[in-house]
Amino acid sequence: MLIVVALIFAIALISPWIHRLFKEKSGWVLALLPLGSFVYLISWLPHIAAGNVVKESTTWVSMAMFHVNLAFYLDGLSLMFGLIITGIGTFIVLYGSGYLAGDANLPRFYCAVLLFMGSMLGVVLADNLISIFVFWELTSFTSFILIGYSHEQENSRKAALQALLVTGIGGLAMVAGLVLMGFASGHWEVTALLNEGDIIRDHPHYVAILILVLAGAFTKSAQFPFSFWLPGAMAAPTPVSAYLHSATMVKAGVYLLARLNPVLGSTEIWLLLVGGFGLATLLISAWLSISFTDMKQILAYSTVMALGTMMMLIGLGTELAMQGLAVYILSHAMYKGALFMVAGAVDHEAGTRDVMKLGGLRALMPISFAAAALAAISMAGIPPLYGFIAKEIVYEAALEAPLWPVLVITLAVIANIAIVAASAIVVIRPFLGKKVETPKKAHEAPLSMWVGPLTLAVLSVLLGVLPFLVDKALMVPVASSVYGAPLDFYLSLWHGINLPLILSLLTLAGGILVYRIWDGLRDSVPMRVYQTGFAQFPIKGYEGLLSGMLNLAGFQTRVFQNGLMANYLITILATLLIAVGYTFITRSGIFWDPSFENVLIQEWALTIGILASLGIMLAFGHSRLTMVIGAGIVGFGLALIYLMHGAADLAMTQVLVETLTVILVVLVLVHIPKISDVRGTTSRVRDVVVATGAGVMMTLLILAATAAPFDAFISGFYAEASYPLAHGRNIVNVILVDFRALDTMGEVVVVAIAGLAVYALIKMKRFGSNGNSKPRGAETSNTASKREKSS
Amino acid sequence: MKSLILHTATRLMIGILVLFSLFLFFRGHDEPGGGFIGGLVGAGAFTLYAIAFGTEATRKVLRISPITLISVGLLSLVVSGLIPMFVAEPFLTGKWLFIEWGAMETKLSTPLIFDIGVYLCVVGFIVTVIFSLEEE
Repeated sequence: MLIVVALIFAIALISPWIHRLFKEKSGWVLALLPLGSFVYLISWLPHIAAGNVVKESTTWVSMAMFHVNLAFYLDGLSLMFGLIITGIGTFIVLYGSGYLAGDANLPRFYCAVLLFMGSMLGVVLADNLISIFVFWELTSFTSFILIGYSHEQENSRKAALQALLVTGIGGLAMVAGLVLMGFASGHWEVTALLNEGDIIRDHPHYVAILILVLAGAFTKSAQFPFSFWLPGAMAAPTPVSAYLHSATMVKAGVYLLARLNPVLGSTEIWLLLVGGFGLATLLISAWLSISFTDMKQILAYSTVMALGTMMMLIGLGTELAMQGLAVYILSHAMYKGALFMVAGAVDHEAGTRDVMKLGGLRALMPISFAAAALAAISMAGIPPLYGFIAKEIVYEAALEAPLWPVLVITLAVIANIAIVAASAIVVIRPFLGKKVETPKKAHEAPLSMWVGPLTLAVLSVLLGVLPFLVDKALMVPVASSVYGAPLDFYLSLWHGINLPLILSLLTLAGGILVYRIWDGLRDSVPMRVYQTGFAQFPIKGYEGLLSGMLNLAGFQTRVFQNGLMANYLITILATLLIAVGYTFITRSGIFWDPSFENVLIQEWALTIGILASLGIMLAFGHSRLTMVIGAGIVGFGLALIYLMHGAADLAMTQVLVETLTVILVVLVLVHIPKISDVRGTTSRVRDVVVATGAGVMMTLLILAATAAPFDAFISGFYAEASYPLAHGRNIVNVILVDFRALDTMGEVVVVAIAGLAVYALIKMKRFGSNGNSKPRGAETSNTASKREKSS
Repeated sequence: MKSLILHTATRLMIGILVLFSLFLFFRGHDEPGGGFIGGLVGAGAFTLYAIAFGTEATRKVLRISPITLISVGLLSLVVSGLIPMFVAEPFLTGKWLFIEWGAMETKLSTPLIFDIGVYLCVVGFIVTVIFSLEEE
């Protein structure tokens, strides 16, 4: 499994060159990769169906605190997700090659979509909590790139950022939960955790773990009120929406909770939170879906509804719910993938995907129509399609809900009525009825764009008629791994006349009724209010939070970074004086016991020389240049002191830094106006107090610090270990590049950022002041220089 | 700056300074020197050149943009840290390779790559700042 994931990543990175080699055929070539992975995964099917699991582990990071193994784990649940990811992935690569044909950025699409595929496969196959998190974040990251594919459009960038922030913040919460779980149980492998459910559930941190993990799962799987990012992400090209935002990535949260159900589940709080959020999400978003006329928005909200249904089933946690979850995930992946791809094909061929501007495409796009019709019938839950079986079993599970079954089934039926109407809208409006003039002259999509939807739609029929094809092989292992104990069941289309069937008929009738009054309903005031309240309001909340944060950052930047050097200095020194001075006095007390016996005559001379030159410079120097030279003398004097004590490295560095500093400062001085001291008496007094205070405190601090007995342990260790451990005799350098390389790395990064910042600020000053595109930093630096000039 | 003495001296000095900076760099693991000090001397050489002949000429002599130097330097730091992770050791663990040349021995190591990164970042940083200020 490691090989498969690694291979997908490797091929993703070279995919642009593969594209260059095969030109327009590249989609067919690259599709072989997910197809091959699909075949590899399906070859495990007999093994999994027999009730076995596959484990594989390679050590990745090994530290005293914890080990991270690149461990992979294949059971029913991960196999089904793996098959969906690679199976639909094959069609998406093909579909993308047709949808984005001729687009200059197509190679980037291939690269990002394959990277995503590798990451997503990693999420579902990984056995280690930390690896799951790493792959999880990689899916957020690749999703960001894919949503922002049309990066020259502002709404694409905004949608990409929105999705990244929402799922990213959730991901951070999740990792905290996973780490807590790891420490609570002492196990980092999911396989080991599955047997430790009781320890976790009885742990005092259980509620914290649960809430943190749920925060990750709910944001990723777009549960209300975080659902707004998913419809926003429809700014992505359709192959991306079909793949990430319907079939795979958004199900990562569902996967995680399904995977952890045996560990965290079957408690009351789990039932209330997971089931409750799922139920709320499915009800709210089902009706939102029919408040739009854009096919992708309708499908996006119906996807949110499906995710809500999956969450609700996980929350219920009964045997029936687990069966329902397995069947529902598979049937949803098939029909929703097909519908999304058809919606994209319609958009691509007819130039719009607004159902009000479409009609009568049946004759022009017969294959797409067939695929869409079958998929929509499955989504509406009409026999003999697989979606019908899924809906029946969901109703059965809802009827047997451990808490308030009447409420659960009522809400589920009300939500499904809207979904039936939505299914009708996305097929009947564009394909049937009178032919409508479309922006582009419509014709059938190319082979690469209909092979996927048609295959998926036909599979929905096939599995509906012959459900036993996958029950024992896949559905039973999936339900068993989510349930945490072996289950046995079979599926069939006909259960006799029972309550779920009657409810299905009721749903269907209700759906047809809603469809018939849809035109009036959509524009009615309650529907508008409903849409504003549940779709627009959460976005407003998100935007309000974001702009509030930016305003706060801007405010504190204006307060602290006011651009006046004198203010910076006085703030820094005063803070130092108060904070360090307070600690110093309370902790160690004033200390005055200097001993001058060991001070050599030349050291006295040097010190007095430095101090005297400094004093003369400050008292008589009125130009900045003199002051710079004065500071330079201090620096070179220090270098001499280092040299006297045998610190050649330090002395050399000090001399070089001092020289370069003088050059740099002189270059800056050219641009700075002459000194003109306009301070009043009050500020002079204040400056004197702060300066004297800081100086006295530093002196006392150094005296106290040097009076403490010197612990030679660390320096002794470095001196001894330097050669045997790091093969170097220069201890300073060995510390810099080996023993404490991480510190050096941080410092060098700071240096690099400072260099880039200087470059950017100076360039911006030269080309700057061109309207609004100017970042905040430029503004402050400009006003700062203005202020300095005026003072 | 137009000065015959400065021009002639700089022409003579620059080669020596760059060589000296490399000398300091390579001996740094056993004797005083290293990436930081070597980088400072190297940056000093190009600063001198920029003062004598202007930034345009220095860019030509340097051939590589100083910002590229910074980025390559940062990349070296990361690479030196990642190498040990491929043999399942923590980030930035020093890995060594000893090559015998008869009586001579060459030591290659990830701390060397790390030090190259430090050297390039220091040179890149100072030259970037000098260029930016000079060209303003």
